[in-house]
Amino acid sequence: MRRDIFQAIADPTRRAIITLIALQAMTPNAIADNFHITRQAVSKHLRILTECELIKQEYKGREIYYQLEIDKMKEIDKWIEQFRKIWETRFNQLDKVLSTMKKQKK
Amino acid sequence: MTNNLLFDFTVDKAAKTVYITREFDAELSLVWDAFTKAELIDQWIAPKPMTSKTKYQDFKVGGKRFYAMVSPEGQERWAIQEYTSITPKTNFKMYNAFADAAENPELPGSEWDHTFSEQNGITKVSITIYNESLERLERILDGFTQGMKMSLNNLENLLATLSKK
Repeated sequence: MRRDIFQAIADPTRRAIITLIALQAMTPNAIADNFHITRQAVSKHLRILTECELIKQEYKGREIYYQLEIDKMKEIDKWIEQFRKIWETRFNQLDKVLSTMKKQKK
Repeated sequence: MTNNLLFDFTVDKAAKTVYITREFDAELSLVWDAFTKAELIDQWIAPKPMTSKTKYQDFKVGGKRFYAMVSPEGQERWAIQEYTSITPKTNFKMYNAFADAAENPELPGSEWDHTFSEQNGITKVSITIYNESLERLERILDGFTQGMKMSLNNLENLLATLSKK
């Protein structure tokens, strides 16, 4: 099964979990309290997010806390930025084509 | 001059949709032609050092453009665009899919929607791209970045030349 950041954020519950723990590290129970779904379902989302390396576990005493891997989140921005650049290049090229067309028209 | 033109780019990963808006310093009919006539599309659609070549185009509803993005080493990546809706100088929609050189499409593809409007000689184009599969979006990007990395210097030179104008 493919695991990457895009799969991590493809699900609305997982996006909500990311938003929650972006504010502060939380225990699985505290996370589950925010959702009207079973604890097992929340666990499953947490497992996928962990496999996608978007969140990591940290032990504080006997409790497990989940926290966000900020650097991994930045990968999404990087990916989008590359895509944006392609279009920027394209449009710069189109500006040039249009300017040539305008001259030919005159 | 170019810097004053609007360029907006957002990706909604959840909706699997890319939204692009750009203004051009040209009248609508020119911009419409640049987006709909293969000989003009080929001049700008491929980010350098890639080039675009159109094998044939039939710009009508149900018609197609069969084209390839060609890498600097001559590697061809074929794709088909099928026009699904055309409102002259206002809007056109198409379905884009990768293909092999024999024109067999690889589904799923993506749905493209282009809207054109003009105000005071500035033409605004809004593009919406819906991808059924996110992996496909990544694939498009991978292909381009490979091609682009190969001669990043060329690209930088081009951008420098463009920004001087």
